Amino acid sequence: MSHTFIHLGVLGTFGDAFNFIFYQQEARTGQTMVGGPDQVLDLTEKHLRITFLALATATAIALPLGVILGHIRRGETFAIALGNAGRAVPELALIAFVAAYIGVGLGNVTIAFTILGIPPILTNAYVGVSQVDRNAVEAARGMGMSEFEVIRRVELPLAVPTIMAGVRTAAVNIIATVALASLAGLSTLGDFILGRNVYGDAGVVAGAIVIAVLTLILEFSLAGLQWALTPRGLKLARAGAAA
Amino acid sequence: MTLAIAKLVPLLGAVEIHNRTGPNAPCQAQNKAFCLGWAVDNFDRYTTPFLNQLLLVLLCVALGFAIAFGLALISHRRRWLVSTFTGATGVLYTIPSLAFIFLLLPITGLGWTTAILILTVYTLQILFRNILAGLGNVPPESKDAGRGMGMTDRQLLWRVELPLALPEIIAGLRIATVSTVAISTLMVFANVDTLGGPLYQQITFKTNIVIAGGLSILMAVAFDALLLGAQRLLAPWRRPSREAIV
Repeated sequence: MSHTFIHLGVLGTFGDAFNFIFYQQEARTGQTMVGGPDQVLDLTEKHLRITFLALATATAIALPLGVILGHIRRGETFAIALGNAGRAVPELALIAFVAAYIGVGLGNVTIAFTILGIPPILTNAYVGVSQVDRNAVEAARGMGMSEFEVIRRVELPLAVPTIMAGVRTAAVNIIATVALASLAGLSTLGDFILGRNVYGDAGVVAGAIVIAVLTLILEFSLAGLQWALTPRGLKLARAGAAA
Repeated sequence: MTLAIAKLVPLLGAVEIHNRTGPNAPCQAQNKAFCLGWAVDNFDRYTTPFLNQLLLVLLCVALGFAIAFGLALISHRRRWLVSTFTGATGVLYTIPSLAFIFLLLPITGLGWTTAILILTVYTLQILFRNILAGLGNVPPESKDAGRGMGMTDRQLLWRVELPLALPEIIAGLRIATVSTVAISTLMVFANVDTLGGPLYQQITFKTNIVIAGGLSILMAVAFDALLLGAQRLLAPWRRPSREAIV
């Protein structure tokens, strides 16, 4: 098979890694074929599926809670402490803990990633909503808006940048850490990274490249989403402040 | 494909529980929620990983602070550099640590150099932004007062701006330090024996997970408390501000 490889020798291991992504090759352990677009795409899909499942669950739990706490301006200590605590928990320990005490398998391991995603989303939703100018909220109430309308039409739009910063932090943390799900028996792109004896250095570096690129794409997509969701007035105000 | 995974899983999930005999053996064998006897007998095996992690964190936060401080001072009076540094440190911060380790594999190999490089780079974004935010929040009146007293730019920076920026700077140090403690456990994959080392070696043994994870969290909490104390001592005029994770 080696004659079909692109000559990327000058790039050393990085060249081998690109070859690993684009061409199937024999595993270091022999007998089986690894790498190539089929396996890379297959593991990418599995990796992304776990990522989005966990991110969606974390958002569904943390966003409403953070927004409501921010709206009633209660539970500041809880919201801030949760954000700080979330940073202190080592990902490896969290996954090992969930796998050992709750169990392995997609559902259980997703719990670990959901737990990982909740603190930044909740804390930022709280901070974003509670920092909305009180005068804007009072004006909205004065116009006859219900509490729900105040949240939906005033507080949420004005808190978009802070809320989305939390979602982006959570998303990047989750997609990065899902690689460790390989330790709990799920297949993700972490298989490449943690399976040096099967995939060789080329596979390990290939896995690292794919994960890094996916993370950057996710981060930039969410930044785009944030831009789209931010009210025009807020963008103009920011541009004005920067100038 | 499935064959490859089948080969992988037993390797990754390899459990090696020491002391299969002795008074703690039954608790270990059943992998109970927490084996206190085992913990007491084996606590010394966490000493070296704990100290390694402590050293790694101190080194990287100090190094990161020096670099971020330099970047902030350079861009403080040249505002156009701010977005460049923020963007660059932001992209570096986004690269997942596990992927970062193995992206550096062909360049720096595995070991302390790689671990230090990655953890240092991760602190830059938070520290840079907080130092700048602190300098930016200094009231213009204070600066005017300093100028009125005949201070040069340098004197103004060291005697007025930096002291007044301390709350934000320390807030940044708290976030950076706590995050670095947590991420440094992953440096076991860069062959640095942090608390992630024992954690990874016996990753299905509950007692081990609790001790290794617990020690790491304890280290983070201790650093946080220490820095909070420093802030209250050095900048008693302001309550620690609440901080959004940005």
